Amino acid sequence: MMTQYVHQPEFMTGDEFSIPTFSLLNPEGELYSGAIEPALERDHARRIYQAMLATRILDERMMAAQRQGRLSFYMQCTGEEAAVVGATAALNDADMIMAQYREQGALMYRGFSIDEFMNQLFGNELDYGKGRQMPIHYGSRKLHYMTISSPLATQIPQATGYAYGQKLAGNGHCTLTFFGEGAASEGDFHAALNMASVHQVPVIFFCRNNGYAISTPAVEQFAADGIAPRAFGYHMHVIRVDGNDVLAVYEATRLARKIAVEQNQPVLIEAMSYRLAAHSSSDDPSGYRSKDEEEVWRAKDPLLRLQKWLLKKQWWSEEEETSQQETLRREVLETMKRAEKRSSPPLESLISDVYADITPSLQRQFDQLKRHIRRYPEAYPRGAQSLDLDVGTETDTQGEA
Amino acid sequence: MATMNMLQAINNALDIAMAEDEKVICFGEDVGIFGGVFRATSHLQEKYGKARCFNTPLVEQGIIGFANGLAAQGSVPVAEIQFADYIFPAFDQIVNETAKFRYRSGDLFNVGGLTIRTPYGGGIAGGLYHSQSPEAYFTHTPGLKVVVPRNPYQAKGLLLAAIRDPDPVLFLEPKRLYRASVGDVPEEDYQLPIGEAEITKEGTDITVVGWGAQMEVIGKAVELAEEQGIACEVIDLRSLLPWDADTVAESVLKTGRLVVSHEAPLTGGFAGEIAATIQERCFLYLESPIARVTGLDTPFPLVLEKEYLPDHLKIFEAIRESVNF
Repeated sequence: MMTQYVHQPEFMTGDEFSIPTFSLLNPEGELYSGAIEPALERDHARRIYQAMLATRILDERMMAAQRQGRLSFYMQCTGEEAAVVGATAALNDADMIMAQYREQGALMYRGFSIDEFMNQLFGNELDYGKGRQMPIHYGSRKLHYMTISSPLATQIPQATGYAYGQKLAGNGHCTLTFFGEGAASEGDFHAALNMASVHQVPVIFFCRNNGYAISTPAVEQFAADGIAPRAFGYHMHVIRVDGNDVLAVYEATRLARKIAVEQNQPVLIEAMSYRLAAHSSSDDPSGYRSKDEEEVWRAKDPLLRLQKWLLKKQWWSEEEETSQQETLRREVLETMKRAEKRSSPPLESLISDVYADITPSLQRQFDQLKRHIRRYPEAYPRGAQSLDLDVGTETDTQGEA
Repeated sequence: MATMNMLQAINNALDIAMAEDEKVICFGEDVGIFGGVFRATSHLQEKYGKARCFNTPLVEQGIIGFANGLAAQGSVPVAEIQFADYIFPAFDQIVNETAKFRYRSGDLFNVGGLTIRTPYGGGIAGGLYHSQSPEAYFTHTPGLKVVVPRNPYQAKGLLLAAIRDPDPVLFLEPKRLYRASVGDVPEEDYQLPIGEAEITKEGTDITVVGWGAQMEVIGKAVELAEEQGIACEVIDLRSLLPWDADTVAESVLKTGRLVVSHEAPLTGGFAGEIAATIQERCFLYLESPIARVTGLDTPFPLVLEKEYLPDHLKIFEAIRESVNF
């Protein structure tokens, strides 16, 4: 770039740039004047809505189950379903998603079954993660959804790397990574954007600006106009979108994907939304925000907005809404009962997957653990369950060798 | 005397330190109006204002880098990392900066005023990332002090000592005991010494060493051993860097046997350091191999947490085997 010299000192603040918010549907589910409806087929629109609705109901039921003590922990996506599902719906289903932890809607859209959700939530023998991670840390290889890691923002530079590999593979796929506006404060965020821009990587950085990082409001998180202006510093395409307007999210992400895969350029999307629920089942928002504030956002419910649009187009009906809700609630409850009753993962799952192969040292520790559990089976009901207690200790090494 | 849980004792220590010295400044994620996710900093912002107790953006490396600068300037920062599992983005600032500030400048500058508080440890169904005990990464770092309290009384006295210590201190708080551990705590100011272990129970047959939340587990194991007539001497190290090898060695010279227990994995764990030092100093007095009862060499699990943890039964078995060696 040519250097332009001036001879009077001029400081810039960034206020010269103001980033607008792209929106298509008003809260009544009508298109704003001048807005162009995205080319969404009926079935596709219904798939989006059904995923949002199923996410809402799963979240309601599972938070209730957590309150009843049936589940150790839970996190809701409530209020952000449009941002998550809308973005996912604009991708190719084979594109990679690297999420933070509040994006179960993406999995729901891609067809993760209620059984699969429950197996992870209860950490039973069918959980793909083998009961090792806290509830909501889902992953699915077949649905191209990277297993969740609790440490914040670590997935963002990984998404850059994953997408760089996709570019080299030439398969036309990209990676979308979700994160919150709080996580965007981590150094990993900056590293990710810079490397993506320098190396021309087909990655979409999707920021869910939901107003809070646990108790910390966005005004204490950053002084600038949100996350979007940071893209300028990396010479990156950026768009801000109404995160409660699923059509706008869909359209913005669809176009971002074109930029990513056709031009090998990263894109930053900032979706403006609100975390309607608590941070997690361990959190109590009454300690840091008002009910009035929550009510303002409840009135902007993204599900209602899409539902109104669908009803007007006669792509959805009140009857379907009622029956779908009932069916989903019943399915969640029945599936939960099934998942709760299943056995825990076997004792061997303690030591597998640390490395590709179990090391001799770890095997020795494990053999010692088994001898100990045989001595005190009642103290370790889960571990004892997968041991044959009649087998003498001397056969341990032979049996496992 | 007042009855306090560990969180109240920590909050009380911070309150005393902030009231006494206006240079004491508390910050971290959610520590402001909310008082921290565990509420250790409750009401401090109300009392001392937003300039001295505040939320930071969500960036651990930033929190500790900021804290290093603030300490170098002469303030007394008490920085909170929300979970010890999340301290690693700040690893560079702690290991390369905090620990080496004084040494590399020839003592022109130091960050001795810094205290880093962080909850550690398992047993709360926290899985991989809300359970870790990362002490050994830091005990391998000369220039740091590493302190771990076992109960509310210890927490208050050690935290006040850490804040006033002339060197930077990593203060690891056993979060499983935050509300579970309740005890008598003097309301007034007091300090407990950093670098000195405490013999919490005297005995002649075997020495059992631990720190933090593991002391409660050791206590249960020792009860089982005593029922079988084994007289245990129990030592809480309280401080891992520096650690009080004299007290442990003196005890082992008497008992001839040693069991060390921690939640962190076996390999590279701090028990290895203790075992190596004690065999050097007590070699001819040892009646049995020094035993380590620790977590497995795996990440911290969730569903099989009970099987993973070095619980009282595993420690009891190690005591029994050592005595019957």
